[in-house]
Amino acid sequence: MRGKAGRRIVVGLGNSNRGDDAAGRIVARLLRDAPPEGFEIIEKDGEAAALLAELDGAAAAYVIDACASGAAPGAVSRFDAAAGPLPSKTFALSSHGLGLTEAIELARALGQLPPICVVYAIEGGCFETGAPLSPLVAAAVVTVAERLRAEIAARVETEEARHA
Amino acid sequence: MAVKTIKVDYLARVEGEGALKVVIRDGVVASAELKIFEPPRFFEAFLRGRDFSEAPDIVARICGICPVAYQMSAVQAIENALGVDVGAPLRALRRLIYCGEWIESHTLHVYMLHAPDFLGYEGAVEMARDHADIVRRGLALKKAGNAIISLLGGREIHPINVRVGGFYRTPRRRELQPLAEELKWAREAALETVRWAARFDFPERERDYEFVALRHERDYPFYEGRIASSRGLDISADQFDAHFEEAQVEHSTALHACRKGGGAYLTGPLARYNLNFDRLSPLAKEAAREAGLGPVCANPYRSILVRAVEVLYACDEALRLIDAYEEPERPAVEAPPRAGVGYGATEAPRGLLYHRYRLEPDGTIADARIVPPTSQNQASIEEDLRRFIGGWLDLPEEDLRHRCEQTVRNHDPCISCATHFLRLELEHAR
Repeated sequence: MRGKAGRRIVVGLGNSNRGDDAAGRIVARLLRDAPPEGFEIIEKDGEAAALLAELDGAAAAYVIDACASGAAPGAVSRFDAAAGPLPSKTFALSSHGLGLTEAIELARALGQLPPICVVYAIEGGCFETGAPLSPLVAAAVVTVAERLRAEIAARVETEEARHA
Repeated sequence: MAVKTIKVDYLARVEGEGALKVVIRDGVVASAELKIFEPPRFFEAFLRGRDFSEAPDIVARICGICPVAYQMSAVQAIENALGVDVGAPLRALRRLIYCGEWIESHTLHVYMLHAPDFLGYEGAVEMARDHADIVRRGLALKKAGNAIISLLGGREIHPINVRVGGFYRTPRRRELQPLAEELKWAREAALETVRWAARFDFPERERDYEFVALRHERDYPFYEGRIASSRGLDISADQFDAHFEEAQVEHSTALHACRKGGGAYLTGPLARYNLNFDRLSPLAKEAAREAGLGPVCANPYRSILVRAVEVLYACDEALRLIDAYEEPERPAVEAPPRAGVGYGATEAPRGLLYHRYRLEPDGTIADARIVPPTSQNQASIEEDLRRFIGGWLDLPEEDLRHRCEQTVRNHDPCISCATHFLRLELEHAR
């Protein structure tokens, strides 16, 4: 069950063939070209058990998923999942019996939630089969990739300063 | 006249999108409708005009939980049309990948979707807070099933290694050994699962179903066998259309299947178990007996226990198949195109899955028919609600609603894997 202990991961979730649902995966692909040092870039469809297996044993996890909370398409939310539960209504779009919210809460209940666990949610507008990213979401994935790089770099800097 | 309607807008812990409406008139359940409002998905139409070799990859997309079942029924039916026999070693590998699907699909349902009903939790997350070790065991057991599918299918979901005639690549014997080690642990975990589920408090409800499942001369059925029923039916897959029919009902976008001249029937774990108890491995039989199951079980609330026995059997059978594995000479046999009609029936985790294909001389699919288990079980699920809910009408509304949901979940309906909720209306007519 347990992933390799101490891994640091970025996980992009979604379905590549359902319009804006692909947002999380596209962010992962943008980061894959030049991954933050020591980070593994992963794409998943969002099924809870598979995501849980990735989270298990990880030291840090940054998860990106599309959401449908009623905000404007392309809106970006950031949640510190290690600090508390995700707002379940935000991710109710999950096309699976058990999705991101359940995976995070299962990990918390099982004592498997990484000490650093951050979720970026990108509000989708179009989830049609075969559709491309809508323009506002396509812009948002670039923004999120940049924010993630900056956040990870800042945290690494802080850690290095602490250990210096 | 007193009429009451109870509505549950979103019934969680089922696969797919639908609604349920139960009307209670003068203290009696007057009607129960499983309303599937998920849009039609047109897979049979997608297949028309495609080459037969594309079918396994197209039908795998029907379901993220049981893609192997769709692939197995498809290749069996198309090979039937082409007059191809893949031979025993490749059949054994197909049986092995099917073991993986039963383990992962059944374990997901037993631990994450159904057990919370018996232990009084809203869902798996709440259950995990009090029973972390048990949920960990379930997740690890499910992962053992996924490992089989990954190795033989190329990936866990929507496998890509299944083809008409066999596989694109077959594993070396040494590749199966790490899997065997994981499965030895899984078999023990599955045995513990049966013992755990045996302690649940099961409502005493039974009825006289017509059980329909495959029956094979030697094996507990995954991949092969004749279609049999508890009322004497014994036919080959090519006779399915003569004995079963599907009809549209106003409240559902899924067709309702019934026996021609017979009515509703039940397919799935209970049907398989009842028609094939003598084909289980000694370990699975013993575990079933120890859990208080006889050779026949007509109580759908005990289906969780039967699923647990089937997971144990699938682990046991997978280990047997790995032990006996001989590398096939070729990963696939030749399958030259020709005109014809072919039929296939295999046992998806949720029950009988029938496919029929008509091929043009060049191998183009002219026509396809797919009858999934949930469509076959819809009428029985509604009948269960009509028969069983009546005894609980004095319960508080929330508890009654829960009983309705549990009654649906007994059959692990896979309405589709696109969404996960089902809307329920319970109406008390006054």
